[in-house]
Amino acid sequence: MQTEMSLWSYANPTRFMATTRPLLPWLSALAAACLVVGLIWGFFFTPDDYRQGSTVKIIYLHVPSALMAINAWFMMLVASLIWLIRRHHVSALAAKAAAPVGVTMTLVALVTGAVWGSPMWGTWWAWDPRLTSFLILFLFYLGYMALWAAIEDPDTAADLTSVLCVVGSVFAVLSRYAVNFWNQGLHQGASLSLDAEENVADVFYFPLLVCIAGFVLLFVALVLARTRTEIRARRLHALQLRERMA
Amino acid sequence: MIRILSRDVALAVRAGGGFGLSLAFFLIVVVLVPFGVGPETAVLAPIAPGILWLGALLACLLSLDRVFALDREDGALDLLATAPVPLEGVALAKAGAHWLTTGLPLSLAAPFLAVLLGLPAPGHLWLAVSLLVGTPALSLIGTFGAALTVGLKRGGLLLSLLVLPLYVPTLIFGADVARRGAEGLALGPPLALLGAVTAGCVALLPFATAAALRVSLR
Repeated sequence: MQTEMSLWSYANPTRFMATTRPLLPWLSALAAACLVVGLIWGFFFTPDDYRQGSTVKIIYLHVPSALMAINAWFMMLVASLIWLIRRHHVSALAAKAAAPVGVTMTLVALVTGAVWGSPMWGTWWAWDPRLTSFLILFLFYLGYMALWAAIEDPDTAADLTSVLCVVGSVFAVLSRYAVNFWNQGLHQGASLSLDAEENVADVFYFPLLVCIAGFVLLFVALVLARTRTEIRARRLHALQLRERMA
Repeated sequence: MIRILSRDVALAVRAGGGFGLSLAFFLIVVVLVPFGVGPETAVLAPIAPGILWLGALLACLLSLDRVFALDREDGALDLLATAPVPLEGVALAKAGAHWLTTGLPLSLAAPFLAVLLGLPAPGHLWLAVSLLVGTPALSLIGTFGAALTVGLKRGGLLLSLLVLPLYVPTLIFGADVARRGAEGLALGPPLALLGAVTAGCVALLPFATAAALRVSLR
């Protein structure tokens, strides 16, 4: 047993695997519980909105997925920086593992937004700043994943994708402001914030919080599971190489 | 750095360097647009700034995969990496050479192509100005993308996928300057923002490009 424990000790793949193995089933179960409770509560036990009718209920999917789409990229940025600075393999693999989850969240947010926009705005798609920004974020995810897929050597791939992630983050923020400059939109302002007075009624707010918690847990569980898979794949590859050498 | 720059420019301008290709591509894109949307000036004039910016952007993209690939094939890139000039300087010189052989001629040719699309006369100057200010950013971003994909076998298509999302801010501000210029509106803010994007790219991207090159050369 190590005497000095720090956060960085989890960068050891063996320790990471040992810690996450018992953790993963609990996290997954908790994520499933939150999602089931939150979605059923939201879909069946909240009243219809007086203006939007039952279409308002799509926020239980739309808001959490949109939130996680951005946070997943942010997590990839942090993981990429940790890889570039401290060169912990688990960090690079976690960034790789998060990308497909993030792109799925982005797609869910875009599709649920379109489904909601069709009856409410009368159009599936509008070149609104927020919508456009999400589409651009989607393209950033695609480029990032394509770069991972294109490079054979895993360390080179980790380095180059990390650099792309850092530069891409700057340009993603820049695009957000540029798009704002380019077109004023239809999309309502932020509905949730910690400091301002909330403008979502409590009946919708609490199930929404449960759904957000569910999506966060789902994201963490998926990324952990995918990182474990990546570590196993890496070990398998190393074993196969050793076998071929012998 | 100056030597690398003049060497790259010379290589591009001489026979087989493909100097005229970007310009020809730009011309063809602009000529094809009326076939797609119809020849009426009422249709063409409002979209002319956007079309010209898009055409210039795609023409810039065409020559990007050659920025580092040829030097890598003949080993010159390894020599440049061990040269007394820091790799950041090499990256900046490469981007400068790319701009001198694509961005600059494209900017100068754009007003003539604008005539073809029926852009109102006051817009010509501002179109050229917006391209002159914006295309260095395109070259710098493109050089970064080229550094990321230099070691790859099928880097060309991937390069477009990586670079095009990064072009979004430049395109938005650049096309906005050109559009406002044509309509005679105030264009200070977008022009300033376009300049800011270019200045930021000049200041920061050579470091990212050099970092990517070091990984690729390892």
